[in-house]
Amino acid sequence: MLKVHRDICGYCGCCVSVCPEGALELIDAYLCVEENCTSCGICAKVCPLGALEVADEK
Amino acid sequence: MKNKYDVLVIGGGPAGALAAKTAVEEGLSACLVEKRPAIGAPVRCAEGIGKEALHEFAEPDPRWISAVMTGASIVAPDGFSMKLESHLAGNKVGYILDRKFFDRELVWKAAEAGADIAIKSRASSPIIEKGHVKGAKIESCGSVKNVTADVVIAADGVESKFSRWCGIDTTVPVREIMSSVQYVMADIDIDPHSTVFYLGNEVAPEGYLWIFPKGERSANVGIGISGKKSGEGHRAKDYLDRFVKKTFPRGKPIEYIAGGVSVCRPLDCTVSDGLIIAGDAARVVDPLTGGGIYNGMYTGRLAAKVATECIGKGDVSKNALMVYDTTWRASKMGKAIERNYHIKEYLIKQPDSKLNEIIHSVSKINLKEFTTLSLIKEIISINPKLMLELGALAASIS
Repeated sequence: MLKVHRDICGYCGCCVSVCPEGALELIDAYLCVEENCTSCGICAKVCPLGALEVADEK
Repeated sequence: MKNKYDVLVIGGGPAGALAAKTAVEEGLSACLVEKRPAIGAPVRCAEGIGKEALHEFAEPDPRWISAVMTGASIVAPDGFSMKLESHLAGNKVGYILDRKFFDRELVWKAAEAGADIAIKSRASSPIIEKGHVKGAKIESCGSVKNVTADVVIAADGVESKFSRWCGIDTTVPVREIMSSVQYVMADIDIDPHSTVFYLGNEVAPEGYLWIFPKGERSANVGIGISGKKSGEGHRAKDYLDRFVKKTFPRGKPIEYIAGGVSVCRPLDCTVSDGLIIAGDAARVVDPLTGGGIYNGMYTGRLAAKVATECIGKGDVSKNALMVYDTTWRASKMGKAIERNYHIKEYLIKQPDSKLNEIIHSVSKINLKEFTTLSLIKEIISINPKLMLELGALAASIS
């Protein structure tokens, strides 16, 4: 699943624009991850700050 | 905020502000909604704009001009610097804005012209009837309200969620998002009237690093790299921190900004039934420079003009609104986007050695018109063989 490191996130919306599922939304300074996220990791790759991480589901 | 308007504008950046202002000036009722609690903040921009481009929309005002530019430098991957100046020495060629105040001024003007403004108000979903956009559900400080409109203008920036909810694919390809970070730095040694662009795969892969002066000893120091080149340990922030540590070891960042800038082609179609898409949301950022302020204002204003015309005729179908799409594509802006897209695609494929060669071929250029097109023309005139390499694109430049 996608983990948002909120202490790193700069709530810029870069990730929102590349999400192929439209699963991310920025509500003011809070990045929301919706249920249709497939953990593809595209957002984690492009994040300029490294605030997103696809964590192993255990 | 009322329940019904002629035009509902989503987003309070330059595109949205111009759309709302123009709509009310044309005699329509309009409401602009901005999800953030303040217009203009946080800034997600390097804040540069050309002189002519700004003058088309506003007379420069010291309240929102941070610095006046008279030249620019391009630094090659090997460190060699090429200077660009106006053919009239000391001539103004552009400005670095203070977007916090600039955006506020634009929205102020929209409000004074008669538009309603709702801040901390988020369009959370479109109202769609039989495939036709009829307004939006607006969540505002804890309350929810359906606001209907004849035309919705989506100016919701790089995220471009509203159009996506209306069924339009606004996804930016990974290789065409500029993953960006910027510091506003204080107490640094700079040329306060010249922008500087650093190119090269070591400095900013498939992008560039910039210094845009904000004052005598202050500047926006930022970087954009291709999303394709971004990853753990080599993100935009890693590249920028390395540069800052080396170049401005004693500089003090007073603001830290992240962002995404699309450098893809514009959306295939920027209208739908009852919907017009403007600014960054329509992906009309200049793909070569990453500049989007002028393009946002231009498309915002045009969107409102076309909306006025179509509402007047009682037809806001996609077909009727298509005038917006065809007009901007045929405009100077539309043509520049298309041309600069090809130039960008050419440049990102060049190795550092080639970029060095091009930049070394000329150490100083005096431009009659301070535009990227004039610069490219000058470079080609000095390196005629580039014309061959550019192939079909060359025709659109000469």
